[in-house]
Amino acid sequence: MTGSLRGFFLAALVLVLIVGTGVLQSWNSALLILNMGLVSAIMALGVNLQWGFAGLFNVGVMGFVALGGLAVVLVSMPPVPEAWRAGGFGVLAGLALGALTIAAAALAYTRFARRWRGWAVAAILLAGFFLYRAVFDPGVAAVESVDAAATGYLGGLGLPVLLAWPVGGLLAAGAAWLIGKTALGLRSDYLAIATLGIAEIIIAVLKNEDWLARGVKNVIGLPRPVPYEIDLQNDPGFVERAAGFGVDPTTASTLTVKFGYGLLFAAVLIALLALAQLALKSPWGRMMRAIRDNETAARAMGKDVTRRHLQVFVLGSAICGIAGAMMTTLDGQLTPGTYQPLRYTFLIWVMVIVGGSGNNFGAVLGGFLIWFLWVQVEPIGQAVMGAVTAGMADGTWLKTHLQESVQHMRLLTMGVILLAVLRFSPRGLLPER
Amino acid sequence: MDLLNAFVALANFVLVPAIAYGSQLALGALGVTLIYGILRFSNFAHGDTMAFGTMVAILVTWGFQGAGIGLGPLPTALLAIPFGIAGAAALVLATDRVVYRFYRAQKAKPVILVIVSMGVMFVYNGLTRFVIGPDDQRFDDGARFLINARQFRELTGLEEGLAIRSTQALTVVTAVIVVAALFWFLNRTRTGKSMRAYSDNEDLALLSGINPDRVVRVTWLIVAALATIAGVLYGLDKTFKPFTYFQLLLPIFAAAIVGGLGSPLGAIAGGFVIAFSEVGITYAWKKVLGHALPQGLEPDGLVQLLSTDYKFAVSFVILLIVLLFRPTGLFQGKSV
Repeated sequence: MTGSLRGFFLAALVLVLIVGTGVLQSWNSALLILNMGLVSAIMALGVNLQWGFAGLFNVGVMGFVALGGLAVVLVSMPPVPEAWRAGGFGVLAGLALGALTIAAAALAYTRFARRWRGWAVAAILLAGFFLYRAVFDPGVAAVESVDAAATGYLGGLGLPVLLAWPVGGLLAAGAAWLIGKTALGLRSDYLAIATLGIAEIIIAVLKNEDWLARGVKNVIGLPRPVPYEIDLQNDPGFVERAAGFGVDPTTASTLTVKFGYGLLFAAVLIALLALAQLALKSPWGRMMRAIRDNETAARAMGKDVTRRHLQVFVLGSAICGIAGAMMTTLDGQLTPGTYQPLRYTFLIWVMVIVGGSGNNFGAVLGGFLIWFLWVQVEPIGQAVMGAVTAGMADGTWLKTHLQESVQHMRLLTMGVILLAVLRFSPRGLLPER
Repeated sequence: MDLLNAFVALANFVLVPAIAYGSQLALGALGVTLIYGILRFSNFAHGDTMAFGTMVAILVTWGFQGAGIGLGPLPTALLAIPFGIAGAAALVLATDRVVYRFYRAQKAKPVILVIVSMGVMFVYNGLTRFVIGPDDQRFDDGARFLINARQFRELTGLEEGLAIRSTQALTVVTAVIVVAALFWFLNRTRTGKSMRAYSDNEDLALLSGINPDRVVRVTWLIVAALATIAGVLYGLDKTFKPFTYFQLLLPIFAAAIVGGLGSPLGAIAGGFVIAFSEVGITYAWKKVLGHALPQGLEPDGLVQLLSTDYKFAVSFVILLIVLLFRPTGLFQGKSV
């Protein structure tokens, strides 16, 4: 019983913090924190599925989040017909050839006699690679030369943006399946290093494959699931209602838009949380935890540990992909240059560990709390540093340096929080029951 | 067809950079592999340990440069390395005392230690950025080239030039000395032997009276030294940027795993395997092939297998291949 009381108190604390931000700073920033908090909570749910349920160490969250972002572009942006005409066939044929090559190599590896298969696989891969480049490269060049300043990419499918959220989950699940197939079943650190690698590669692909999503030129102006501020402001009915509440139309429109996002995100979070809770309480969840706590015993009971690990790894990554798609929708743009592992992978880990690994509510709570801290550490740090440097003469190098370095306090604070929780309260704020 | 020119071009663009980069990776991977062998976890904070040690060395270098102390043609940073090592050693020993020792006493699972090292990584990263900032820093001085392309061409009369930067030569020389000293230490001294014994079988080592605290302390000292030297050499060769050092984690781990985690010899081999593949696959072979192939067969394109932006993909693919087909690595490291 004390557990749920504690959860209630902590949830109330988060509410107070967010409402406090609204009262003290502005309601716009409060809603911003709330929205990103919702997204962070979903990411933390995904990581908690992998770590809390199954004890899998995934440090590639950033990659899966970015794949979700890519899904938004691929699904919701209008297609660029000229680019499709110019090089769409080349690009698709090239990709198909690449996939065929890998499939053929895998087939050769299983079918050929042991003596020859090394050479056969190497020959297939080499020939396939050059064929792929020969078809793919001209296609890419053609696509990227179509009005490079505005498009220069194939565009998306022009479907409703909400459809991109599940698609983001599917993309992330696909990538996770590939990684899981190779690295699961080996020692636990290998999965960590493999996921660290795939995340870097996904970001590299997003940055460099301009035909896909314009690379570092960014895709801006993604369609929205909620109305635009400017349309609201031009709607006389809305202006009238805003006046009724005593708010000016500009503020009212920004608040309404953010609130709309908040509702959508909250719906997704509640659905996923309910599913995660059901999974945890089901025989499947108990089996997962049994595997986590004693793999050998579970194996002896006839559980296929590697397959179950693969399953939960794919599911958790899919949730991260969904959250990534939601985040990109909220931003309204895909900017591959802004994906940083410290922000998108390790921060999520801090959320899960601080919240309480193995407890879904803990992960959600950690998501809100740590996101709040992440946002607010900077102003707090600035205030602290202001107090520390108050006695120093203006313009001395130490004072300027200290004040400029405040922004790096975030990483330090997060690291210290993570270490302190791991040491003194390793089960987190809301321990697993 | 001109094989001599082809070889010189190959040496200039592939062999020399890859050997220098491989030496830096090997030193980094040695640190990772030692921690893995003796403390039994993958240290995610290694890249940031390198960054911290290098940062201390850079600050001292700037001090020396300001005071007019230098080594003539050699970079002043060499003089600052001992200070960098001292800084990094103080940091890792303090971390071990405050953080890792607790989990060792608890006999925590390796994956918990990995997560702890992630927290440590955050802290180191924050510290480094706090002191020196997130930007590029240059700190090399002294002679730029051992031999530059023009001199080489005049010397040999060949069409292609071969430039060897002094930092590249220095990297290789330092790495050879450091590795020789490390192997001498591990194989010949009492402390080194006790470290190997501890790594092979902890219980047996404890029974034969080896002091575990001392082994751990010495390991951290060596790791701090290796990390700082690798970091300073990398910074001299390229530039110093905290985030780049964090990203080095991937090739370094790939090198250590390819060689076999826990095997020092493997770490060195792995470093060179990764470096040569990375440079070889991202290099545009047009020039070399143009010289090597008979006339009329020269390639039209750049003959670059992958753009340099995908260099992480190379170490990653090698890592995957090794994990799939030989999970203990080339040199049969441990697999716990």
